[in-house]
Amino acid sequence: MIPSAFDYAAPDSLDVALQTLADGGEEAKPLAGGHSLLPLMKLRLAAPTLLVDLRRVPGLRSVEREDGSWRIGALTRHADLQGRRELGAVGEATALIADQQVRNRGTIGGSLAHGDPASDLPTVLLAMEGAVTVRGGAGTREITAADLFQDYLTTAVAPGEILTEVRVPALEGWGHAYEKFSRRAEDWAMVGVCALVQRGEDGSCADVRVALTNMGSTPLRALAVEESLRGGPLDDGAIAAAAEQADEGTDPPGDLNASPQYKRHLARVLTRRALRRAAEG
Amino acid sequence: MSTRVPIRLSVNGRAHELEVEPRLLLVHLLRDQLGLTGTHVGCDTSNCGACTVHLDGEAVKSCTVLAVQADAAEVTTIEGLTGGDGLHPLQAAFWEDHALQCGYCTPGMIMAAADLLARNPDPSEEEIRHGLEGNLCRCTGYHNIVRAVRDAAAELRAREAGARTTEVV
Repeated sequence: MIPSAFDYAAPDSLDVALQTLADGGEEAKPLAGGHSLLPLMKLRLAAPTLLVDLRRVPGLRSVEREDGSWRIGALTRHADLQGRRELGAVGEATALIADQQVRNRGTIGGSLAHGDPASDLPTVLLAMEGAVTVRGGAGTREITAADLFQDYLTTAVAPGEILTEVRVPALEGWGHAYEKFSRRAEDWAMVGVCALVQRGEDGSCADVRVALTNMGSTPLRALAVEESLRGGPLDDGAIAAAAEQADEGTDPPGDLNASPQYKRHLARVLTRRALRRAAEG
Repeated sequence: MSTRVPIRLSVNGRAHELEVEPRLLLVHLLRDQLGLTGTHVGCDTSNCGACTVHLDGEAVKSCTVLAVQADAAEVTTIEGLTGGDGLHPLQAAFWEDHALQCGYCTPGMIMAAADLLARNPDPSEEEIRHGLEGNLCRCTGYHNIVRAVRDAAAELRAREAGARTTEVV
């Protein structure tokens, strides 16, 4: 399968990249690792007329700690993040993305800008209440996770803007877990669940966040689960009861792998597992 | 539309300067223009791993990399794994352990295994199975592949230890 013809530029600064994108018009797209965009182009589901490859733009591949947050450059690959315990749910979830070859190319910024509700990092960003920084012709702005994901493959990053940085709170003292169910490693999640739990000194649930992968046209917070647990006990019974509400307010589309009913079942089971693991620390 | 782009890259240690169409995939550059047909096209959808090569030392699926993205990079294919002196320990172990039947997945499987052993020189069986989940084999049932990777890992560690001993002496 061969993509439609397109023009290609690999500028060596962010300013030139933004200008090149602007000159290229609405059908110009930035290219990071290409592991979301190129498969779509090969299937001719996307046919940009110009790709602006960011590989030569300096300063976009880094992981830095600042004021209780992690700042991660948009071109940082999943392979650079996978398994890093200090990054919490980001380190855990990136190790579960597809396979090593894909993780060696795919980037955190590319995955978030693509906004596929079946991919893992949007869910993690939403649960962690992180944010992204985008640069455009009009300057720099920050978009919170709650505002970033607008619809299926649609984010608040406007044409002509480039996502440059991802910021997630370090959430020290919180437990985390990302549970994902798929038939094969390379498949997208049928359903995924990110759970974050902060235990109080008495062992109760001081705070909790749960977000769902592939249960709608965007990643979703399971607010009913959170409300049910927050401030209460964190024993198996309380977790199991809360997890029963995981699919409340969701509208998962059926697909070749799973019916809506089955996805709802998975959401409840995976939420229970994720909460149990996150509550352990 | 679609102006050809000059690229320079090294493939198996050999420098190449080429002009390519931006939409040319790395796997097609390797196979059709450079004649390195050891890298296979299987699913063409970044699932099966038959097209796995190393880009700057790490395994990638070359059906999902544009040739222009490999500009300034070092590419290693199965043909370049040995450096020219016999079989790489992974190739020898695949032979010894009967880790292939039709052989179609083998080049990609070996390149992915080489990436795995670079990250983890002594992987457990489970770590090997997890590490090779980006590569599909439809013949072997994987058991002999896992065995071959374990044997190759042991051989590579023994060589490494031997090299260290020699240095000390």
